[in-house]
Order: sequence, then structure tokens, then C-alpha cells
Amino acid sequence: MSVPANLRYTKTHEWVRVEGDTAVVGITDHAQKELTDIVYVEPPPVGDNVEAGKECAVVESVKAASDIYAPVSGEVIEANTSLGNKPELVNQDPYGQGWLFKVKMSDPLQVEELLRPDEYANLTGE
Amino acid sequence: MTELDQLLAVVGYPTLDALVDDVVPAAIRLRRPLTLPPARDEQTALRDLEAMMAKNRFRHRFLGRGYYDCIMPPVIQRNILENPGWYTAYTPYQAEISQGRLEALLNFQTMVCDLTAMPIANASLLDEATAAAEAMTMCHRLNTVAGRNTFVVSPGCHPQTIAVVQTRAEPLGIRVVLSEELTPDAFGLLLQYPDTNGAIRDYAPLVDRAHRQQTLAVVATDLLALTLIKPPGEFGADIVVGNSQRFGVPMGYGGPHAAFFATREEFKRQMPGRLIGVSKDAHGQPALRLALQTREQHIRREKATSNICTSQVLLAVLASMYAVWHGPEGLKRIARRVHELTCRLAARVARVGNEPFFDTIRVGDRVIALDETATEADVEALAAELPSCATAVAAPDLPLRTTPFLTAPVFNSYHTEHEMLRYIHRLETKDLALNTAMIPLGSCTMKLTPTAAMLPLSWPSVNRLHPFAPSEDAIGYHEMFRQLESWLAEITGFAAVSLQPNAGSQGEYAGLLTIRAYHKQNGQPHRNVCLIPTSAHGTNPASAVMAGFQVVAVACDAAGNIDLGDLRAKAAQHADRLGALMVTYPSTHGVFEEAIREICDIIHQHGGQVYMDGANMNAQVGLCRPGDIGADVCHLNLHKTFAIPHGGGGPGVGPICVAKHLAPFPPRHVAAAPHGSASVLTISWMYIALSGAEGLTMATKRAILNANYISKRLAPYFPTLYRGARGLVAHECILDLREWKTRAGIEVEDVAKRLMDYGFHAPTMSWPVPGTLMVEPTESESKAELDRFCDAMIAIHGEMQAIENGSLDRQNNPLKNAPHTAAAVCSDHWDRPYSREQAAFPSPSLRAHKYWPPVGRVDNVYGDRHLVCSCAPMGS
Repeated sequence: MSVPANLRYTKTHEWVRVEGDTAVVGITDHAQKELTDIVYVEPPPVGDNVEAGKECAVVESVKAASDIYAPVSGEVIEANTSLGNKPELVNQDPYGQGWLFKVKMSDPLQVEELLRPDEYANLTGE
Repeated sequence: MTELDQLLAVVGYPTLDALVDDVVPAAIRLRRPLTLPPARDEQTALRDLEAMMAKNRFRHRFLGRGYYDCIMPPVIQRNILENPGWYTAYTPYQAEISQGRLEALLNFQTMVCDLTAMPIANASLLDEATAAAEAMTMCHRLNTVAGRNTFVVSPGCHPQTIAVVQTRAEPLGIRVVLSEELTPDAFGLLLQYPDTNGAIRDYAPLVDRAHRQQTLAVVATDLLALTLIKPPGEFGADIVVGNSQRFGVPMGYGGPHAAFFATREEFKRQMPGRLIGVSKDAHGQPALRLALQTREQHIRREKATSNICTSQVLLAVLASMYAVWHGPEGLKRIARRVHELTCRLAARVARVGNEPFFDTIRVGDRVIALDETATEADVEALAAELPSCATAVAAPDLPLRTTPFLTAPVFNSYHTEHEMLRYIHRLETKDLALNTAMIPLGSCTMKLTPTAAMLPLSWPSVNRLHPFAPSEDAIGYHEMFRQLESWLAEITGFAAVSLQPNAGSQGEYAGLLTIRAYHKQNGQPHRNVCLIPTSAHGTNPASAVMAGFQVVAVACDAAGNIDLGDLRAKAAQHADRLGALMVTYPSTHGVFEEAIREICDIIHQHGGQVYMDGANMNAQVGLCRPGDIGADVCHLNLHKTFAIPHGGGGPGVGPICVAKHLAPFPPRHVAAAPHGSASVLTISWMYIALSGAEGLTMATKRAILNANYISKRLAPYFPTLYRGARGLVAHECILDLREWKTRAGIEVEDVAKRLMDYGFHAPTMSWPVPGTLMVEPTESESKAELDRFCDAMIAIHGEMQAIENGSLDRQNNPLKNAPHTAAAVCSDHWDRPYSREQAAFPSPSLRAHKYWPPVGRVDNVYGDRHLVCSCAPMGS
């Protein structure tokens, strides 16, 4: 299982990549494996404000529907529209083309509270 | 040695009673026989029921309100309604052995889409009123404008629809306004087209106004009318609902019938109910399956789109076949004839209003709704008894439909009886139902429906009565209700019974509303916390949310029982707001929990009421009673415990039984018809009449013995995960296959699909524990059939061992490639590393009879990523 060193993580298996005051959010390699083949992604509407720790999106496989929790608070400024036709990108490239949405962070310090790669790797026991 | 003794010998008990004494905790045993009438033989029971039903009178016809007399084509009646190949199948979760009814349901969806002019429709809901209420909650979920909480309902809707919508709105805090004026805070609008008095209005301007203020429009409609008039999809409806009953399904004093629900493409993931989708199988051939299941309660629990699990498959199949049989031209012919008779009547009587009408007019305070069975003599008789008009007025023009419908080949190919007969048979033989093999689905109780119990469904005295006929016309029905209610009350140990709920899920909802009303009456409306063990079926939390409760999960311990410490802590923590506990007994883990009395006591001490889920009642009847154990309300699944067949995924009937203090509180309108699915109650009446107290109790004991026999025989191969204090199970057992994923790369799904090659339907898969199979044999299976199943499981175990030790390939093996179709096995290109014989005839018993799965393993992922939910039109 891959846990890139340049990202931060949540206990609920989301990852965050910080780009200035923007947070790019996705689900981890571990999460996509557990969910199996993703068939649908429902990102938060662009313009919505999301709150750290609150449900804001849904990822579905044929076996499960899983809520996605916002790792940080802020305004959704972009959603990954290519997942509409190709939800399998989440399986194929969870940290790259399979990103879910971008948040303009209202409190960038929240990132410091997220798990570091080694902490997340310990959590998933891999 | 008798068969019973042989079974007991394997389980290790000298007598059946000694076994039962060790399974059911002594503290809760019923120490007397049930007080029920003595068992009757089949002929006597049929004669008694016939005499009772002969008291029904058909003095009032043409009552309308969404129910119409009709003609069930005999080729459909004999080959579907009266055919166990159709009516004993289960919900099509195992797609490969359900292609026949999946095709019929795809036809249903296509029929609804075409007639309503909507892009996507589900495979039926419980009734029209429930569908309208589901539409309301769906609009509520889709609403994006803050502060909107009003659902505007046209007073022209059927009264029963309005009543159910009001029932469903109240616990959710939704305001229902009866009007055709939009309010600024309306998230949705419900219209009836044609309305309950028959008037056809041009709703396009109103729907347009609604859309301009972001209010969604729901239109309840009539499929036969839509063959002639402009469909709701062409004037902007967002959701279209209705009843398909008049497509050849008897009224049956209220049901069962299949309601339909159609919507826009972009709302499909918010849609309640089952949806059939087209996918492909392992060979790339088209194959059907249930699509988008993750929306549903069994996965999504309290976040599901609805609590509905059962749909009305058998009824949807019947209605779709009516459309297949008549085709678009035949349906139009029927509709035109009804319309012309109505015009003739309207020209002679003092009709109220001057709007266009299809088949329904109002005269004074009477509504006359003609139907397929109406004749010119009926028109004459009605004209003679109704007040006549001064001068004949020509009927206003209908807003005519201009678009074609039912253009797919299936609706244009089977218009001769031979072709129709063979089409129905072709679909039937694709499916595996109880007439092929046992269906050992845990929690589903796939028992025998005695054929004698199905006969009354074909009697006119049972199926011709309108649900709103005056009760003095339904004396036979009411006598049967009273008897059945008193029998069910005795069996459950409760004081009162409501037969109205159309499914277990609706029973749960009704039971929780009863508890809610009780707390309210006691001045404690704030008691809205519902404790639910994590082992509960997903319907429980979904129902609780619909009934206005907040769900709090209670943990289970390592033995699968409710964690008493956690229960005490949660009950105490929420003592001020504790409303209810929902508990399944015996537990979903297939065990009689010893602590059940204590569990009920804890809830009562903290002011809550105990709701018992009756899914597992087949382990209790005659041995113990929910009312004695400490529950306050329970629902029963008459389609499990009391022999109503599953119909391939419905009908269900879910009456609720309540203790004396709750007797005033069951809701009056959770279903459209006052007595729910009245006609199929005759099946449960027959079952109890045939069994008597002794027979029912014996059935329960035998169900327990059969489950323990399977558990014991398979123990060396697949250990049972949870067992009671003395190492025994209740009426079902959970086989643990989890270690096989690492041992041989085999998952439960592979075993389930491989069982199809052996001619069996799989047990319940990965529920309530992932990686397991839950087996419920019921009392109806002989030792021979139990052994055939066990032998198949043991043979598959052998194949799994061969994979583990390397003599079969880890990927290319009979389990991973299961099921094997005739086409694959007979192919000139057989290149598998195992023989064709092993693929298709792995056990000698298959030589006597072989069921061939019609498709290979269905690709679920492809189907959900490329959703197609209707038949391809002609020429594509």
C-alpha cells in the first residue's frame, strides 16, 4: 500500500495535498482497496462551505457507499469532473488523477492536526 | 429409524423436545399449547374459507380512486400467478439465476418509462400512496433552498394518498398544505392526473411556475389513461408515480399491487426501491442485475434513500406481461373502449364540471370510474340510476398523446397465446425457484407455500372486491381478518393486530409510529432515541429515521449477543430521551439470546418501549411469544413465517402486533388500502387453519432441528460462527468461510456462484457478518434435500482444498469461473485446466436433473458504471 510522504491524512482515510491556501482532497490507496471498484463519486457542490470532520461527499463501489469527511474547513472551489465518466480513476490513481475536490482553506493551521504519513501507515497497520 | 430420528441422531439428541429444551431458554418458554382451532384438512379448510368469502357482495362497482376491475389474461393467470416457478422465487440478488424475472422487471421499467415519458423507473414500490410519500421525501432530500419545509398536495389527489403522505410527513416535520397554489417555501408539489374525480387539467403552467421557484413537481397518474393522453414527462414532471393494478392484476380488496415510480435521469441515485440494470456476464453477453444497490437500506442503513426492501415483483411481472400480451395497440384499444363508454354515460347524466375526462366522471357526490370490464349494459344501468342531464353535452376533447410508446420488440412480439405461453415459460425456466431446489437463505424463511393455500387467490369472491367497497359488502373478508388477527395475537402474545402494512419494512415503520404516538400521549414527545444493535438488519435504522427517531448503535459482544454493558450504558446515557429499542429475536446471528428478558427490562426501566423485529419468528411460533418475553410491539413477516410466497421479491405483508397499552396507537394510514394486501392474507389464514397449534409448533421445532442438522453436518468443513450456550443454533446458522480468502483466494461470492452449478440458490451472503454464508433450511425440507445441499457444500469444500493444495489453479478454477453455462461447457474452445464434467456435473445427483444457469458471472462493476435500465427500442 502506498502512503506518499508529501501528503497529510485523516483517520477516515482521506488525504490532503496543500497547494498554497488550497487543499486537494482524495481517498487513500488503502481506502480504495477496501472499497473495491469505485462506480460513482458524488463530490460536494462547488461553492459550498465544508467543515473539518463533517461528511461532505460520497464514494460508492458496488458493495458499499462510503461517506467522505472534509479534512479541513473552507469553500469548495473545484471538483474533479473527470470522475463523472471515469470513477475508476480513484482506484487506478488515488493520489493523482483520482483526486476528489479542492478546498480553499479557511484555517490552514488545521492541516497541522492531520496525521503524518508514518502515523497513517501505523493506523492502517501496513 | 424414522427420518426425524435420523436427523436427531446426527445432532445428538434422543428426542425433538430434548433438543428444543436446549435451544430455547427455559425462562421464556411457553408452557401451554397455543389456543388455536384444531388443524383442518385441505378440503375442509378450503370449504370453510369459501363459505366465508361467499359472504362478500359485489354490489358496488366502478369506485375508482386508483383501483379498477380488469381482466387478467388467462395465459398470464395460469402460467404466472398460479405457477410456483414464478411465485416461489426470491428477490433477485443472485442475478445469474434470476434472469427471467429480471427481464420481466426490465419490461416493467420500460413500460413505465414509455407510458409516463420519463427516462428512468424503478422495479415497483408497495402501493401508489407509499410511492407518493417516497416522492415527497425524495423531493425533500433534493431540495437545496434553505428553510423550505412545505409539500403542497392537490386536493384532487386520491384521499388515501393524501392520508399516507400526511402520516409520513408528520414525524419528519414536513408541513403538508392541501392546495394547488404554490407557497414560497414549497420544496415539492403533488398532483393527480387525471384527478380523483376524473378531471384532466393542463398542469403545464403550474409545473412551470413550480420550476421557476425551484419547487419539484410530482405527478400521480394512471397508466391506461396515458395510452391516450399527454404523459406527465411531456409537461415537466420531475417524479411520476401511480398504481399498475389495472394492467391485469385483481383488486383483491386492496392488494397486493405494484406501484411505479419514475424520475429524471439526474435524480436516479436519490430514487427509492429496486432498480434493474443491464450489464454483461463473464463471456461478454448481456445480463441483468439489481443496480445501484448501495442506495438501499441493507447497505446504507439510516442514510438509505428509503427503508423499503420488498417491492412487488410478482405484481410488477403480472402488469408487465399484460403490456407484453396486449402491446401498444391492444392497450390503446382497451383505453379507447373504456373512454367511449364513459363518454356515452357522461352524455346522459348530470356530470359535475366540464373538464376533459378519460374513464372517470363525477355525478352529484358519486364518482363513477369505468374500467375494462364495463359493458354497454353497465352504462345503461348507470344512466338509469343516476340523475340525468337536461341536454346532452359533447365530451370535451382529450389532450391527446402524440408520442409512440412500447416500441421495444418485446411489446410487439407475443400477441398469440402460443407465443405468449412460451415467452413466459422461457423466462420461468431461466430462474431457480423452490420448484427446483431448496433456497437456504438465512433470515428469509423460504418455506413451502401449500398449493391449497394459493387456490383462493383465483376465486372471484377473493379478488374482485374494491378496497373502498362498503364494509357491509366485505363481510367474508372481515370475518377472515378477525380470525387471522386473533390467531396472530395468540401466537405473539399481544392484544391487538393491524394487518395494514404491506411489507416488513412498513410494519417496522408502523410499529415505531405506534411507540411514538404512545410517548406523545404520555406527554413525553421528546423520547426520540432509538437503540439498535449493530447486528440489526439495515431496515431497522432506516425505518427509525423515517419515524422521527435518532439512531444510537449498541455494540455486540464476541459471541454475537447484544453487549449488555453497552446497552445499560446507552440506555442510562439517553434515559431522558429513550424512546425504543429495536431487537431481533432470535438474533440475526441465529441464536436465542439468554439475556433477552433482561434486555427488555433495561429498556423499560429507562422509560423506553421494546420493538421486536419479527424476521425470525419462524423460530418462536408455539415455543415462546414476543409479548411474554417483554416486547411491546412486533411485526410479523407473513411472507416468511406464515407461508405467503416471496413472489420473486414481493408481495410482502408485515402486520404489527401490539401490547394492550399500545392498542390505541397504531397509525391508521401507513398503506394505501385500509386492509393492506388483503387478498394474500387468505394464504396465511389457510396456513394456520391447515396447521393448527400442534402443526405450527411442530414446524418450529423441525425448523430448529433442520438448522442444527446442517450446522452439525457441515461443522468439519465450515464451522458455525455463533452458537448458543449449549453449542446449538436456533433456526439458522452462519457458516464461517472467512479464512478461505487467504487459504485459497476464495470468497463467499465464489462459493455462492459455484452452488448454482450444483443446482442450488446460495444462502444469504456476507450478512450479518462479511465473509460468511447464513443458512436457513426451514421446516419444509426433507432429509434428502438437506443432504443434497450438505453434499454440495462438502464437494465444494473439496474443490477449495484442491485449490489450496495447488491441484487446482488459484485463478482459473471451477469456483472463480462459476457459474458455468451450457454454452461455455459445450463450446469448441474449452481451455480450462479442469474437465467439462467437473464444471457442469460435479455431483452424480445432477444426472437426474440439471439446472443450467443462463448466464455466466455477472459484471456488477460494469453495470453500475454504465447504467442502462430499460429495453432497447426496436432496431437498435
